[in-house]
Order: sequence, then structure tokens, then C-alpha cells
Amino acid sequence: MADAKEARLQATRPLSPHLSIYRPMLTMMMSIVHRITGAALYFGMLLLAWWLVAAALGPNAYGRVQWFMGTLIGRVILLGFTWALIHHLLGGIRHLIWDTGRGFGPSEREWLTLAGLVGSIGLTALLWIVGYLMTGGVR
Amino acid sequence: MSKRDTMRTPLARVRHLGSARTGTEHFWRQRVTSVAAIPLSIAGIVIVMSLLGRNHAAAVQILGSPLVAIVMLLFIVTSAYHMWLGMQVIIEDYVHDEQWKLTALMANTFFSFTVGLASFYAILKLSFGV
Repeated sequence: MADAKEARLQATRPLSPHLSIYRPMLTMMMSIVHRITGAALYFGMLLLAWWLVAAALGPNAYGRVQWFMGTLIGRVILLGFTWALIHHLLGGIRHLIWDTGRGFGPSEREWLTLAGLVGSIGLTALLWIVGYLMTGGVR
Repeated sequence: MSKRDTMRTPLARVRHLGSARTGTEHFWRQRVTSVAAIPLSIAGIVIVMSLLGRNHAAAVQILGSPLVAIVMLLFIVTSAYHMWLGMQVIIEDYVHDEQWKLTALMANTFFSFTVGLASFYAILKLSFGV
């Protein structure tokens, strides 16, 4: 009885607008991506720990890590890790700029956000090209 | 004005409710670790890339050399603390059931410390041998 009344009240009372109400904007999407990349890096740190512990364990364990990172799945994960790290890094710098109260103008905030996205993709590509050049091309 | 020159009720004072004067601490630590993470993650990328395609012996030698090890240790501590704080916010935002929230927050602490300390120990082992 009381439940039914409560349910009706919940349905009719004005709700505060949430994500689904707004037209998707770049700043908003990049804010979400910043959190997603942060969460991805959280679990990605397992890879770093695995790699370092394997190096401490010895050549066999280290070889297994190197083998895995060389597989297609390993490379895809590493590529994702690289992009997530750089995107989160650039996004973090943008947020630090915003923390000082600067860069909130209508064009500035869009420009900063777009620069983060383009920069993260560009830098990731650059790092991977350098990486492949260092190891002698795609194998 | 009454004798009370504060907005807090006597009951709130008895219950120790109100400002704990630590409201911005979490935010601030997130910023401090994020500022530290800028140079450290760039250095981390350089170190990892310098080891691409190298064998175990070379990796041990480079990771165990003092300057590289110090930078890696700083990177590990900063990252582990930063991700601990960040995941805490994510959990508090999305997990509303009290028991699940506390469980997730505890798991977050365990995960961050385990990943951080395992990496930390590995660098120390590579540095001091044995």
C-alpha cells in the first residue's frame, strides 16, 4: 500500500537531468573516457607488476612475459595500455589546467579537449612506430 | 544572538558531526599524485621502451641500476596511490549498497597495495640481487 504510493510519487516527481538528457558533447564524452581509461590502467598495472616480478624471478619467467607480449592479444592489450596511459595523462594535464580556473572559455575548453584526443592518438602511434623501428619492424 | 556563536547544535557537537576539517584531503592527494605522475609516467614510458626486444640479462641490468630503479620506485608508489584514490571515487559513485560498497572499497585497498608492493619488491630485488 505504502509502496504503491511511493512508486507513484517517484514516477511523477521531477527528476534531475542525467547523462541521457544531454546532447553528447566532446568535453562530456572525454570526461567519461578519462574515468574509463583510469579504470583500465588500474587493471593494466597488473601487467607492469607481472613484468617486473618476472624480471625478478629469472629468465624463464621473463621469457614467458616477452612471449605473451609478442602475441597478437598481448600486442592489442599493450596498444590499449599505451593509448589509455597517454590519454589519461593528457586528460589529467587538462584537468590540472582547469583546476587553476583557466581554459573554461567556449572555444578553449573544446580546443583543449580535442587536443587531448588527437594528441593521445598521435603520440600512441608515434611511440609504436618508434618501438617497431627499435625492434626491427613488424614480425 | 544566543550564547551559542555557532550554527552547530549541541546534539551535533556531542555526536561529533560536522566539519572534520579534512574535506579536501582526498581531492588534494589526487592532484598531488597526478602532478607527480606527469614526469614519472613519461620516464616510465622511456624506461620500458628502452627495454623493448632486450633479453632478461639486459632488463635486470637496466632496471636494477640505481637511477632507473629510483625513478621506477617513485613511479610505482605514485601510481599505486593515485589508482587507489581514483578507484575509491568510482566505487563510491556507482556502488550504493552499503555492504557491496565496503567490500569493494576493501578489495580496492588490497588490490592497490598488492600490485604496488609486488612491483616495489621486484625492483628492490633487481637492485640488490640475491
